[in-house]
Amino acid sequence: MSYPTRIEDRFTILELTGEIDLQCSPKVRKQVLECIQAYHNLLVDLAAVDYIDSSGVATLVEGYQMAKKRKLEFGLLSVSRAAMQVLELARLDQVFPIFESFEAVK
Amino acid sequence: MAMTAKKLYRARLPAKPEQLKKIRDAVKSVASNLYCNEDLQREVVLAVDEACCNIIRHAYGGGDGDIVFEILQEDKHLLLRIQDFAAPIDTKQLKPRNLSDLRPGGLGLHFMRQVMDEVRFSTAPDGSGNILEMRKKLG
Repeated sequence: MSYPTRIEDRFTILELTGEIDLQCSPKVRKQVLECIQAYHNLLVDLAAVDYIDSSGVATLVEGYQMAKKRKLEFGLLSVSRAAMQVLELARLDQVFPIFESFEAVK
Repeated sequence: MAMTAKKLYRARLPAKPEQLKKIRDAVKSVASNLYCNEDLQREVVLAVDEACCNIIRHAYGGGDGDIVFEILQEDKHLLLRIQDFAAPIDTKQLKPRNLSDLRPGGLGLHFMRQVMDEVRFSTAPDGSGNILEMRKKLG
């Protein structure tokens, strides 16, 4: 199973759902890196994420860094309270561009 | 006088990523029954999950082995005890990384130390593995 993606304006939006843990983060990593390797600006939608662990966070950091190297845009969209709590612990809420909605990106 | 701990949950599980949800659900259920608020529930779930991930990835290196996981209540504290049967780890090597160094990985121990009041690693008394004890004040 892949997570759904859609194209909006200049972005690919990857919608993560459920629990992003050691079991499923390799799948997330593959999708994130494939988007960036295809030179797509990427927004990762975390609205429906109930849980994210350090392996999921590491995937987001890797995507962000790879996007930056390729001069692509990378951001997080509609971050759930559960995901934000973990990003704050890693102080990554101050690193990633975070948008409340897609309207705020444009 | 030594404080008595009330055992709330115990399981012995294979150290595999597909077991993590079962462990998280058990922690969440116990924390919820103790009337922990949602932020606190998520914190203890995260600490246990990260500890188990470290056992799977580092202690067993992805190989076979078991995790014994216990949740206890000590007065106003939740005590989470996690044991593996891997080679003893050198606790001096366990250092959380500097957060200003932006790179993927290395956050698990930082999360555990950040959300729990106490994180203590030791070698099992018979040398058969490692024991991690984490405490969190309830309420």
